[in-house]
Amino acid sequence: MRHHIIIGNGIAGTTTARHLRKHSSEDRITIISKESDYFFSRTALMYIYMGHMTYNDTKPYEDQFWRKNRIDLVRDTVLAIDPAAKSLQLENGGTVGYDTLTLALGSEPNKWGWPGQDLDGVRGLYSKQDLEYMEQYTAGISGAVVVGGGLIGIEMVEMLISRGIPTAFLVRDDSFWNGVLPAEESAMLNEHILEHHVDLRLESELAEVLADDNGRASAVLTKDGEEIPCQFVGLTAGVHPNIDFLKDHPAIETNRGILVDELFRTSAPDIYAAGDCAEVRDPAPGRRGIEAVWYTGKMHGEYIARTICGDPQAYDPGVWWNSAKFMDIEYQTYGLVPATCPDDERDFFWRDPAAQRCLRIRYQAGTEKVTGFNLFGLRGRHVVCEHWIQCGATLSEVIDELGALNFDPEFYRGFESAVRQQHGGASVSPVRKGLFSNLLRSLQPK
Amino acid sequence: MSIDFPTTDKSLGLTPGRPDLDLLQRVGLGLLGVGVAVLIAATLAAGLRGWASLLLILGLITAGSLVYSFRTYLREPAGIRNNRAVTASLTGRGALGWLAGVVLTAFYCIHYWKDAWFAGLHDVFDPISLAIVGKETDKYFFYALLYTVAVLIMGVRALLRYRHNRYQIVRTCMVMFSQFVFAFSIPFIMARIAGKEFWPSYFWPLGYTSLFPENAEDLIFNRGALGAFIFGWGVIMILVATPILTWFFGKRWYCSWVCGCGGLANTFGDGWRHLSDKSMRAWKIERVTIFSVLAFVIITTGALWPLNSRVKAAMAPFEAVGIEQVRSEDPDLPPGAGIKAVKALAESDPAGYGVAAESLLSRLKLHNRVSKTYAFLIGSIFAGVIGTGFYPILGTRVWCRFGCPMAAILGTMQRFFSRFRITTNGAQCISCGNCSKYCEMGIDVRWYAQRGQNIVRASCVGCGMCAAVCPRGVLSLENGPRDNRLPEPISLTLPQKSGIQAAVRTD
Repeated sequence: MRHHIIIGNGIAGTTTARHLRKHSSEDRITIISKESDYFFSRTALMYIYMGHMTYNDTKPYEDQFWRKNRIDLVRDTVLAIDPAAKSLQLENGGTVGYDTLTLALGSEPNKWGWPGQDLDGVRGLYSKQDLEYMEQYTAGISGAVVVGGGLIGIEMVEMLISRGIPTAFLVRDDSFWNGVLPAEESAMLNEHILEHHVDLRLESELAEVLADDNGRASAVLTKDGEEIPCQFVGLTAGVHPNIDFLKDHPAIETNRGILVDELFRTSAPDIYAAGDCAEVRDPAPGRRGIEAVWYTGKMHGEYIARTICGDPQAYDPGVWWNSAKFMDIEYQTYGLVPATCPDDERDFFWRDPAAQRCLRIRYQAGTEKVTGFNLFGLRGRHVVCEHWIQCGATLSEVIDELGALNFDPEFYRGFESAVRQQHGGASVSPVRKGLFSNLLRSLQPK
Repeated sequence: MSIDFPTTDKSLGLTPGRPDLDLLQRVGLGLLGVGVAVLIAATLAAGLRGWASLLLILGLITAGSLVYSFRTYLREPAGIRNNRAVTASLTGRGALGWLAGVVLTAFYCIHYWKDAWFAGLHDVFDPISLAIVGKETDKYFFYALLYTVAVLIMGVRALLRYRHNRYQIVRTCMVMFSQFVFAFSIPFIMARIAGKEFWPSYFWPLGYTSLFPENAEDLIFNRGALGAFIFGWGVIMILVATPILTWFFGKRWYCSWVCGCGGLANTFGDGWRHLSDKSMRAWKIERVTIFSVLAFVIITTGALWPLNSRVKAAMAPFEAVGIEQVRSEDPDLPPGAGIKAVKALAESDPAGYGVAAESLLSRLKLHNRVSKTYAFLIGSIFAGVIGTGFYPILGTRVWCRFGCPMAAILGTMQRFFSRFRITTNGAQCISCGNCSKYCEMGIDVRWYAQRGQNIVRASCVGCGMCAAVCPRGVLSLENGPRDNRLPEPISLTLPQKSGIQAAVRTD
């Protein structure tokens, strides 16, 4: 009977543990976390603050699930790892031996050395403790500033305005998230953010956080010299792997994250790394070494469990995709849609003139094979987009069969005919939305 | 550092967004308050009743509610805004929530068992009752009117709240239409013009009395073509329409589109929908109780027929002397009239009628006890007092989930013989828990969504709220071919290429 220890009870660590249990009914499995007693959904922290859910509601499994599956949960902090002795040094629990160790340490918010970044009332948002801090420091305040125009930034803005706190949103670029999004999508989100009465400040950068007499944040000074009074500053300029205590570790090689091979093995024997903190040494073309998103953490966990249990398989993350929600606009992307269209690719872009929703299809210039989708305010069917990209469906095929992509709720206004009209191609009979799209032509085995 | 998250606050908690109420919202609440005050005054003072005060009451309550709702929801951009749902006192089991629970429960207790206390309140509505039914307000008309007003006013609120979501708009309109037409207008207009109430949207086993022998025999033998139509309608609805509609659309065609219980839950009760218990324990209890009630209504209905025959047999000796209406519980007769007559006969001629009267009375007692037990335990206590009275504590679908025998039948069909499912969109779920939290039926939707599995559960009423609150577009209610309706959990380590073959038929 081996003892598998996992450090970190986020989605990557938890998935590793669950799949270890699936593959091995005998081994001992322990998850160590310093953050919380039980796994909770980090992505739902915002909903606790907004009052949509309680903390308990964010736990994806009932507490008895862990006992039933004989997964031991330990609340402690790991101080050091000794790969030679195969042991961990815990803050409270002494020394613990392991047979395999999985590092699922997560991320922490970036701080770029701004003066005043460590004042009271200045904080990022990643952990449960961050949320508790925000809860405490935003109670009864009359103004807040959020620094950094990314996914966590806009979530934090939404949280603050849900409490009626006037919020300034400092975005370095000249349009929201336009390092990732093409101009049209980014512009539509600017509109949307302003509609929510957010004080959106584009091309605005943090210079310094100013303090009051008690050492608490009282204002933000921008690089343009503007002073914005506030009692809370959210720092959301990205995250980085939470691996400080492993820097310069003699056996575990790190770069920005913990370096792993295609089986998620680190440079130390029987030590694996998963999720936000793992950096894949040779990522697939178009993919990054560190991909701090929910589903890759889940994938890593499944792969590690297979490797440990003797059924290794090389990491194949498949077609890139991601999703998010910007206030009320849902966003999905499949394949690669960089903000600037590469020279050998073209865009088909449709924006609903009457609503904040749009569709971008990127395709190769000559062959017209689709390479990526951006959907805003529309729900796309995952397997269909993935299949189109994998099998090289052409733009015309996709537009003819657009009904297969439509995953919007029933009775929603369709977009297929408007898109088809803009594309201009003479269409064969349109494919119906929903499960009846099984008549898809491009999905027939070719 | 550890800080407790706020559990409840003292504010009114009806607002979706900002805690402060602005002028228009205050005006709305003020009008509503004045309307309720006039209603109380008219209840207490007979001199204040009449068309004028009734129109004033209804006008103030409607206008106040609508002003408040329009202002509250149009203040914010359209979208899902469940802000403060779990922290506000009224919707988060705070003091106001408990108070609302006590008031609603008290209302049901008085309505069922002490309706004389509501006599003044009933009288306030006499003008409408006289106009529609042609008689003074009874408790049934009063309750139906109140129910319909609640569904209509709070239906407008739901329309505003979910105005970005066309599924919710269509469904809410249908719920309001169904309540107003099928559960109010048709029954009472029929009572007026044909002398017999007809409830097109309630049939056995939810409308349990429709197959009880007195009712069924009355419809078949005494009411001519209309009676036969009403009886036939109920039988066709449960035996033919229900299986067919459930096959194509799942149980939602009834539970969240037509049924008044669902209608009240999704309009009046919408703000409390998240209070349902999501635990495995609750699911286990649910499966026991809902089928127990179904068994109870089947046994009760089945037992009443032979009991009824026995009563009729025992009545034979009295028919010669013209006592026909022995079934004293008939609300149209003075209470106890038949029994008194039988007793009088027995006393006047102990030798002739004594034994027969004793036999009749004991059989009648047994029959009534069987018939009343179900009505008391299930019809009043479970469906009314607990089902609706406990909205602010247990959530809005307690009856639908733990008790309703119609839901038991529909749910079984939905689980095994239906094209309906909630599709999970690939591996998109981020386990946030909004779907589970806002499921009024207490289904742990996330359990399935995070495994990439479709949701096919007997209890799902297809209200569509899981799909509406999902921040990643993971869930969609769909009817379609049954292949792969119940797929295996997806594997993220197996090549995804096979996914499409599983998800989309290619034949």
